[in-house]
Amino acid sequence: MGSIRLEGVHKAFGNVNVIPNVDLDIKDGEFVVFVGPSGCGKSTLLRLIAGLEDLTKGRILIDEQNVTNAPPAKRGLSMVFQSYALYPHMTVYNNIAFPLKMAEMDKATIDQKVRAAADVLNLNDYLDRRPGQLSGGQRQRVAIGRAIVREPSAFLFDEPLSNLDAALRVNMRLEITELHQKLGATMIYVTHDQVEAMTMADKIVVLQAGNVEQFGSPLELYNKPANRFVAGFIGSPKMNFVAGAPAAEHGVHEIGVRPEHFDLSTTDGKWKGTVGVAEHLGSDTFLHIKTDVAGLLTVRADGEFGVKHGDTVYVTPNPDKIYKFNEAGLAV
Amino acid sequence: MACAVTNQRKAVNTLIAWAVGLLIFFPILWTILTSFKTEAQAISDPPVFLFFDWTLENYAVVQERSDYLRYLINSVIIAGGSTILGTLIAIPAAWSMAFVPSKRTKDILLWMLSTKMLPAVGVLYPIYLLFIQLGLLDSRFGMVIVLMLINLPIIVWMLYTYFREIPGEILEAARMDGANLRNEILYVLTPMAVPGIASTILLNFILAWNEAFWTLNLTAAQAAPLTAFIASYSSPEGLFYAKLSAASTMAIAPILILGWFSQKQLVRGLTFGAVK
Repeated sequence: MGSIRLEGVHKAFGNVNVIPNVDLDIKDGEFVVFVGPSGCGKSTLLRLIAGLEDLTKGRILIDEQNVTNAPPAKRGLSMVFQSYALYPHMTVYNNIAFPLKMAEMDKATIDQKVRAAADVLNLNDYLDRRPGQLSGGQRQRVAIGRAIVREPSAFLFDEPLSNLDAALRVNMRLEITELHQKLGATMIYVTHDQVEAMTMADKIVVLQAGNVEQFGSPLELYNKPANRFVAGFIGSPKMNFVAGAPAAEHGVHEIGVRPEHFDLSTTDGKWKGTVGVAEHLGSDTFLHIKTDVAGLLTVRADGEFGVKHGDTVYVTPNPDKIYKFNEAGLAV
Repeated sequence: MACAVTNQRKAVNTLIAWAVGLLIFFPILWTILTSFKTEAQAISDPPVFLFFDWTLENYAVVQERSDYLRYLINSVIIAGGSTILGTLIAIPAAWSMAFVPSKRTKDILLWMLSTKMLPAVGVLYPIYLLFIQLGLLDSRFGMVIVLMLINLPIIVWMLYTYFREIPGEILEAARMDGANLRNEILYVLTPMAVPGIASTILLNFILAWNEAFWTLNLTAAQAAPLTAFIASYSSPEGLFYAKLSAASTMAIAPILILGWFSQKQLVRGLTFGAVK
């Protein structure tokens, strides 16, 4: 079991309100990702759940038990840190065994559990090494091993992949997702990378300045962003925002069109523009187009689209895929 | 061309380093050399450097006249005792300052350091009176207490900088893994801080060993350490340079040897935190 509920959670450091007021209901077995720009309070929120920071106001319930004032050790949660936070003076075996030793389990049980965790994570050959002798990916696995070995009610991940190189990051992303499917435990995962959020999450919490901007499944957030911030944050490359005359046409303050929701043509279309930078990736082409009416736009074309700097092109936004926002930035 | 310049500069730097090193070491070298001279050669003008009649006579006289071993034992007890006691007090203090700092932690640390700037003689009178009242004058226990207090700010500061280098996330990980405060300190913090604690102990042992102001003023016959042993060869008996040098050499030899074998730890201890 591992349902987590936040009720009116408020955190202030001195006079700074880092988390003004958050209510959140995370169901057992869900993979929830906290995403937002740096400084949005996502790590603080995770640390509040972990018990590493004290709440200023509000309550945190794990499996309907009020744990607001419980120390981290009593909450039954495991955490994987950004820096891995392995114990440098212990071998991999002892690192993974540490939580079990703290729980005062007997040696035979510890040994069996450590070996089982090492099996799952392919760490069997490294059990006698120290963290300093491992690569980044292996250290990450040890950190995960240390987290899974005590079978917690929920896992907390604090930007666990941000220290890995790009290729390894994709691999570990898959491994963590697979682990979630295998264990079925609740996982809360903090990242600033919206691609990680989109690919891994059952549900995403988008945070800005300590406020929950939206809480929903990845596709809900992509298709129905609640406001301009979520619309701009979810999706890569970023959504194009156009104010002024084109928005007035739709009777709103501002419209947003994702780069993938344009028709491109070299002969005719709605907005005329010239190509600034053309990024040819083979599978897609990203064009940065300076238009007369709608300003600078990023447009994605399928496959190869043969234009270069200075060429004239025409773009037409797909009318079904236009997002509309009012003056307050809320979706209408 | 660039390579040649670099090599030249390297040579000059090496030369300067040797010169500075020699300059600093020269008084010690001179003391050691003098201890092997006769009294006449010790004060000869111009001074002789290496070509004199090497003799062990001074050492024999010094050993005959005063009980070197007793002073040595006092030095070991006073320096060792004050260092151990100071470290035991400083570890929890530095821990709390490094890991649960409050608004005033920095001020407290600076205040502790500022006590080192007070001239020691300023508190000699009150401490002397206290020692008379408490019957601690010329006792090893009294000296352990005084030297511990004198060096405590430095021990706390050194340990504090060491502990600060230990990433807080590792301690948080231990907390998440179910460790209580005792286990966190015992199994995670202490093993990681061992090198820092070792060099702190080493440096403070040396500082306490060399401390002369308090040991000279607060001891007489019973608790006198090696600093008093050296001093007893200076003014009261006239200036016998060779014997004074022999006494000094005997007094500094143990700490010099200890220092030589633990150079690496000491350098690390003194420069820790300066370079990452």
